[in-house]
Amino acid sequence: MITGRRHGSGIIIFTFLAALTLTVVPLPEWGRIVRPDWVGLVLIYWCLALPDRVGVTTGWFTGLLVDLLTGTLLGQHAMALAVVAWVTLKFHQRIRLFPVWQQALIILVLLVLHQLLSLWVTRFIGRPGPAWYYWTPSLFGALLWPPIYMILRSMRRGFSVN
Amino acid sequence: MSLSIALMTMDHRQNHLESLRAGLSLLVYPIQMAVELPDTVSGWFRESLASRRQLQEENAGLRTQLLMLKAQRQKLEALEIENIRLRELLDSSFEVGEKILVAELLSVNLDPYKHQIVINKGDLDRIYPGQPLLDADGVMGQVVHVGPYTSTAVLITDTSHAIPVQVNRNGLRTIALGSGTINRLELPYLPNNSDIRAGDLLITSGLGGRFPQGYPVARVTAIQQDPGKTFAQVVATPMAKLDRSREVLLVWPGDFDITVPAATPTANQQAGADIQIVPEDAAGTDEASE
Repeated sequence: MITGRRHGSGIIIFTFLAALTLTVVPLPEWGRIVRPDWVGLVLIYWCLALPDRVGVTTGWFTGLLVDLLTGTLLGQHAMALAVVAWVTLKFHQRIRLFPVWQQALIILVLLVLHQLLSLWVTRFIGRPGPAWYYWTPSLFGALLWPPIYMILRSMRRGFSVN
Repeated sequence: MSLSIALMTMDHRQNHLESLRAGLSLLVYPIQMAVELPDTVSGWFRESLASRRQLQEENAGLRTQLLMLKAQRQKLEALEIENIRLRELLDSSFEVGEKILVAELLSVNLDPYKHQIVINKGDLDRIYPGQPLLDADGVMGQVVHVGPYTSTAVLITDTSHAIPVQVNRNGLRTIALGSGTINRLELPYLPNNSDIRAGDLLITSGLGGRFPQGYPVARVTAIQQDPGKTFAQVVATPMAKLDRSREVLLVWPGDFDITVPAATPTANQQAGADIQIVPEDAAGTDEASE
């Protein structure tokens, strides 16, 4: 059991790197409306699948990388993603039991939580509030949850990450 | 949680975290490069697969353009020297020559609600925070974070940015604020009766000491004078192609004196104005321009 553990860290890191890359890949103006929160989705998946390995610390550090990449206040996404990871860990056993479309609704709530926390920070430092389409990425993220769930699960099984 | 709040506070209050951010930016550099890769490859293919005729045509076009620019520049040099001479007569100092470095934008999308760009020059090229950034048509913004290989710059349209400008036609000074919309600057501090018209060119005034004087910033597009309000509502469009330029110019203001001998220290007063012009070595100082 002990020897079988900690297998496939490379895959986890790879998925996070891919998510970070997708976060900054250049898209036209509509990108800001449809671009889902890739890092949040990947983080939630790994928190659900391997709660003993991926958690608040991972969330915090990836959030810090997001801050660096997107030029936001250092710690803004770190805090938001850490909270998201914490909530996911808290309810991971319940969320796992749901069918995937129902999971998507919960993911929507989690992604909105991420955006809300980061909006609070930006409002707190005195930047103006965004328009209504600030929230659409969460919706697209939730819609994308079933395929992302399938892909990451097949990756996890294919490379026997546990 | 508290760690991130502490981090955010420190970052917001600036100063302490610059070096940490610079170090950590090295960490995300590979990701930025990976994102940049398709662009680099396609650019390389486009260049190496271009036909001979295309290249010849482009070459000829560029040659003509170069010739025209050179001719214009000849006149400019004469004017520059004449300007300096006249200013010397007025006992005021004026710096014209600047050192310029060309940098390229990295094609990464940042936080869509902040107007920021990443450029491929950093600490190793002696970029410093607060450095002015131009493109071929006008002022783009200024550098805010400097990493070893890349730096982040904030555009003049970001809501946290303000730039001191003057109307080219009559020298009227004011401040242009970013509006958060990429093609819009606001000039909220002009009285209702001020002499400004649609179509006026706004240039940097050089006050504040961060941006060098005389670069085009924006063109006034609309003026709304409401008699019930103290200030007119003036809107301008940036001259620089903020969302389209790939090549940007970094400027070291007044680093590099080409002609004039240094002005006497008492000659810093601009004739006719009671505002102190910031001395020439202001490049490194932290004069607020925001």
